[in-house]
Amino acid sequence: MSIIAYILIFTGVSFSFLGALGIVRMKDIYTRLQTSTKATTLGAFATIIGVGFLYPSWMLKCIAIAFFILFTSPIASHSLARATHKSGIKLNKDQIDSLESDNKEG
Amino acid sequence: MNTLYSIWFAILGLSVVLIFVRFIAGSKIQDRVIALDMFTTVTTGGLVLLSAFMKSSMLLDISLVYAILSFVSVLVIARYLEERRAK
Repeated sequence: MSIIAYILIFTGVSFSFLGALGIVRMKDIYTRLQTSTKATTLGAFATIIGVGFLYPSWMLKCIAIAFFILFTSPIASHSLARATHKSGIKLNKDQIDSLESDNKEG
Repeated sequence: MNTLYSIWFAILGLSVVLIFVRFIAGSKIQDRVIALDMFTTVTTGGLVLLSAFMKSSMLLDISLVYAILSFVSVLVIARYLEERRAK
């Protein structure tokens, strides 16, 4: 049981680190948003569920926190991306902005 | 056991340092908000791990409230950035 917990916690911690590496290395604001929301959500989720496996009497509380993060992190990220796009920040030159061309057409 | 916890906390601390690099160097305000959002998510995982290290379930409640507050604050900042452009 504790082996599963160690593997889960190590996965979560390393995904948090990879997300932090991505937010430094990425060139564009939208790619930074992507790495910050995906990798870090998986990292926190796996860490919290791993702690729940380590102490089984805390499992219900850990599931509540983990699913709260799993549901709210995409919402916050989506509203941030929407605000960023509305404030007129362009994508990189080699990417296609379909939302802007849709807005222009109709 | 203590060695495992030190490795995990070291990796988490390193990622917090990297997030603060982006927080200081971010050229736009949206970069800083993204870094803030990411910082609170990483720190929530770190708080739960710290409560496992201290063997007390007090920090679990604190991390739940922390996650709720960070979600609300990021939503409010995003709405503020959106409305600032519209005027």
